[in-house]
Amino acid sequence: MESAVGRSRIEELAGRALEVRRDVIRMTYTAGSGHPGGSLSVTDLVTALMFAELRIDPANPNWPDRDRLVLSKGHAAPALYSAMALRGFLPRDELLSLRRIGSRLQGHVDRNKLPGIEASTGCLGQGVGMAVGMALDGRLAGRSGRVYTIIGDGECQAGLTWEALMAGGHYRLDNLVVILDRNRFETDGATEDIMGIEPITDKFRAFRYETLDIDGHDLGAILAAFDHARATRGRPTAIVARTVKGKGVSFMENQFAYHGKPPTKTEAERALIELGTTL
Amino acid sequence: MAAARTESLRDAYGQTLVEIGRSDPGVVVLDADLSGSTRTALFGKQFPDRFFNVGVMEPTMMTMAAGLALGGRTVYASTFAIFAAGQAYNAVRQSICYNHANVKIVATHGGLLVGGDGGTHQMLEDVGLMRGLPGMSVIVPADGPTTRAATRAVAEFDGPAYIRLTRENLPTVTDGTFALGRAGELRGGSDLTLIAVGALVARALEVAEELHKVGVEARVLDFASIKPFDEKALLRAARDTGAILTLEEHTVLTGLGALVASTTSETYPVPIRRLGVPDVFGESGEPWALLDRFGLSKERALEEAWELLRMRGKVQ
Ligand SMILES: Cc1ncc(C[n+]2csc(CCOP(=O)(O)OP(=O)(O)O)c2C)c(N)n1
Repeated sequence: MESAVGRSRIEELAGRALEVRRDVIRMTYTAGSGHPGGSLSVTDLVTALMFAELRIDPANPNWPDRDRLVLSKGHAAPALYSAMALRGFLPRDELLSLRRIGSRLQGHVDRNKLPGIEASTGCLGQGVGMAVGMALDGRLAGRSGRVYTIIGDGECQAGLTWEALMAGGHYRLDNLVVILDRNRFETDGATEDIMGIEPITDKFRAFRYETLDIDGHDLGAILAAFDHARATRGRPTAIVARTVKGKGVSFMENQFAYHGKPPTKTEAERALIELGTTL
Repeated sequence: MAAARTESLRDAYGQTLVEIGRSDPGVVVLDADLSGSTRTALFGKQFPDRFFNVGVMEPTMMTMAAGLALGGRTVYASTFAIFAAGQAYNAVRQSICYNHANVKIVATHGGLLVGGDGGTHQMLEDVGLMRGLPGMSVIVPADGPTTRAATRAVAEFDGPAYIRLTRENLPTVTDGTFALGRAGELRGGSDLTLIAVGALVARALEVAEELHKVGVEARVLDFASIKPFDEKALLRAARDTGAILTLEEHTVLTGLGALVASTTSETYPVPIRRLGVPDVFGESGEPWALLDRFGLSKERALEEAWELLRMRGKVQ
């Protein structure tokens, strides 16, 4: 049973997520390139992290005890940039500089350009390993900060991902949370047609993860999963978040064509109408 | 020059693969979840039984390609250059090159012209990495016709090859008579030699045209075949013109410029200038504007050319 306070918190998060989805469309349209599909699928997860879970301080992005987020699927950068802007890490009017020469908003997130980005990514398979390293570092230093990483399901085909997951399980990193954006598609089609990753929850369990299976667009379920992870001792948590690629824009949903293709002007206008606004 | 026809090198590759697939029923093609971009999807559509899109696992794609080739097949494997030469480097080194497996790696999206994806995806080190591998042939086509010819040429011999393609469409600058180990002389001249690969061959021709307007005749060599490379043409260029400018969309540390400078220093030392990406990573931006930002503009090339001419005492 949700309290009235809980409900209003979820509503507030949903409002932020809607803003992020609008930004993703505007940013990729303006840039003329980028990855709308996989940005829209992680939007609710990123928004929940940014506004309800991560202990971070935009005024002091390098605060040692902060929580850390590694966006392993670095091509979902537009969603993260937008959520970071809403959270105060950068001015919102900077968002439309995505992918322009000299911009801090590189096509794939870049820690040397934008404060608040914990690790530069873009080549899939490397985020979990960096997150494991950060979690080990935190444990060695006795810091309370937790480490979160978001990976893609196509990314689960990469051997590097499983090597790093194995290390996280082996070292019993209970300060590590791996979130799988299970949107069922990669660049060329459905993961299960190209190179099947199922049974994915069994795989995480076999790799010694406390494994949760949730609707990745249900903000209440996302927050509950984070609570569960925080209460888990002696092993890392894996959250298999069932999502929809292109979520929120009807003609992009479950269409892998929009993996790496920005909307045209007409498409952007249509998308923004669906999202209750205009270009 | 201005109205030259431009063409997608990736289309040229994909279409040629289909033709090769028709004439050789044993040929197999692999890709790693980028088949739409690399154009191997064209082959996959025609020959689904001989096409393996393995997903995001580039090192394993290369080891599988080696396994398929060790049974006697010709195998083509494609992905972006950053993943083919970067992510999968040691799989290419051991499973393919050390085994001398008959795998033809055709890597698209080499260099800065990748554009918006940024520095993580702009592979600037692949030519150096690949030409350092014993037994590996390395080809960087400048246009569609050379891409078609090179895609066929690598099937003619048994052993590994790496072809680096550019994402952007490029103007046709050659007649497509590519031969492994031979440089293409695209313009005659004896005041200076411009040696280029890939997208910068067209730029070298523009520079030569500018120089011609003021009475300087530059020879232009297309070094598409970087390994094996045309040592005779290089020596002739050094002897005949006495100065060489190299142009490449790659780090100057290990690419064409490094090859030309180290070779001529042992055979016939002449002043050399290397135009390439300095020792930095790329970044996001509009593809052609990035060439200017990283020092590969026509103006910079001209400055380097004039500097060489001054060093040779050919101008004041
Ligand atoms: C190592 C590596 N190989 C290939 C790519 C190119 N690429 C970018 S996104 C992508 C598909 C990834 O699929 P998934 O992880 O499911 O991402 P999502 O659908 O969530 O966007 C590919 C192949 C890459 N970035 N890194």
